[in-house]
Amino acid sequence: MTAAQVRLQDVRKVFIAGQPPAPLHALGPLDLEIRQGEFFAVVGPSGCGKSTLLELIAGLTPATEGTVEFEGRPIAGSAPDGVGVVFQDDASLPWLNVTDNVAFGLRRSNLPKAAKDKRVRDALALVGLSDFATGYPAQLSGGMRQRVCIARTLVMQPRLILLDEPFGALDQQTRLLMGDELLRMWRETDATVFLITHALDEATMLADRIGVMSARPGRIIDVVETHWPRERDSRIIEHAEFGTITARLWKTLREESMKTIGRAGGAAPGGAGPGAGAETAG
Amino acid sequence: MSRLVWYRALVVGGAIALLEALCLAGVIDRITMQAPHLIARDLFRMLVSGRMNAAIMKTLGNTALALVLALGVGVIAGALLHRVRALRDTLDPLFATYYAVPVFAFYPFFIVVFGLGDLPQILIAFMLGVVAVIVNTLNGLDRVPVVLLKTARIMKLSPIDTALRMTLPSAGPHLLTGVKLAVAYAFIGVIGSEFIMSRGGIGYEISFAYANFDNATMYPLIVLILLASVAINGALSRWEQRLLVRRGMR
Repeated sequence: MTAAQVRLQDVRKVFIAGQPPAPLHALGPLDLEIRQGEFFAVVGPSGCGKSTLLELIAGLTPATEGTVEFEGRPIAGSAPDGVGVVFQDDASLPWLNVTDNVAFGLRRSNLPKAAKDKRVRDALALVGLSDFATGYPAQLSGGMRQRVCIARTLVMQPRLILLDEPFGALDQQTRLLMGDELLRMWRETDATVFLITHALDEATMLADRIGVMSARPGRIIDVVETHWPRERDSRIIEHAEFGTITARLWKTLREESMKTIGRAGGAAPGGAGPGAGAETAG
Repeated sequence: MSRLVWYRALVVGGAIALLEALCLAGVIDRITMQAPHLIARDLFRMLVSGRMNAAIMKTLGNTALALVLALGVGVIAGALLHRVRALRDTLDPLFATYYAVPVFAFYPFFIVVFGLGDLPQILIAFMLGVVAVIVNTLNGLDRVPVVLLKTARIMKLSPIDTALRMTLPSAGPHLLTGVKLAVAYAFIGVIGSEFIMSRGGIGYEISFAYANFDNATMYPLIVLILLASVAINGALSRWEQRLLVRRGMR
């Protein structure tokens, strides 16, 4: 349970971008361990390299320096087996119906057809889309399409699921409900979940541990443990600790966020916002 | 929707009826044009007798060949250009001005080089269509969402699988626009060059009938071309419509 599944050591990422081309230090140096089976969330100011961090673990982009390991093996620029990714943008395939979209995740699998069909059915049931099996993505709402993508990842039975702000484009109520479903899937699949989000309350509600990232170049500046029970849902927001944890996240993040919008942190007297209220609540 | 179809039928039917009336009343004399019902009768007789079968097969065969070539070369060239940015930037202005060039002007040159066979006609039709396919392929590939290509990498699809299962279906509606244009250009290229100089084909037969005041052959052939191109384009448009509806794009 506590063994590290993902280990990043001294990782730095530098992009060559712009005209004329110039190095852009996006990430690091950064050390991070994600434990087997935990729900780990990452929050950080926009542009801090959260998505780059996910792409490093997914093997979509190589680290400039340092090592990224999944289950003890270095990830060398290609997607490791056992890792599934759900992106922020809609990645459902509009030319396939919902069933074929989910079955697409098993394209490279050697399972017999009956076993594949069963996995697809189970995944559709898990994300609550059984009634829409023959529909096309265009007939579904944004949240349902994102669930199609989640189901397509789940059929591969990944041991690590990476989610890049998957609910970013959804309204608040749908997000809370999707959070509930995500927690349920996490419990039922025993996979490790790595979630990137810009919503502090979402991170607090869902995660066992929350990594807080600095402004660019992104580093992990705080890791907060929530100590929630494994059996939990969105009603955890009533918990007294919920506000305390969210406030701690904001306190760390506020200064970092100020940097990204070009102002020095802590200049405003009184420090309005959730941060101030939380100190009294804590 | 069905009311629109009715109006459309009414416009076409009305035009034919008007033509029929003008011909029967003698406003349009018989040397100029036959009445539509006579054209229909002559077309029926011509098809039953089979005397134009060789010409029809030659034209359709050459058109199909030019179309397949334009699609094959166009899609592959488009896919390659999409990968080689520098080459694409070089060629883009040429594509933009390509259709200002009267391709038929090359026809005599092609005849000199390749002889008066099918090849110059197929070449003209191919040249007319291929750039439309390239441009629409590039357009479609530009619109493939990055997230789909990332998904393909996560799923470890091979480059060929990525192209066949992700990129091409995603670009599908745009490719179909290229196909529709290529069909039209293939017909124009083949029949047009048959008109100019040829040893057979529908265009040649129309031109021959025209020179001999043979209205009983000329008008039925014109109608035949009309029916063929409208039928093929109609079928493609229906298919396109279905694709777009499925994707919520219409």
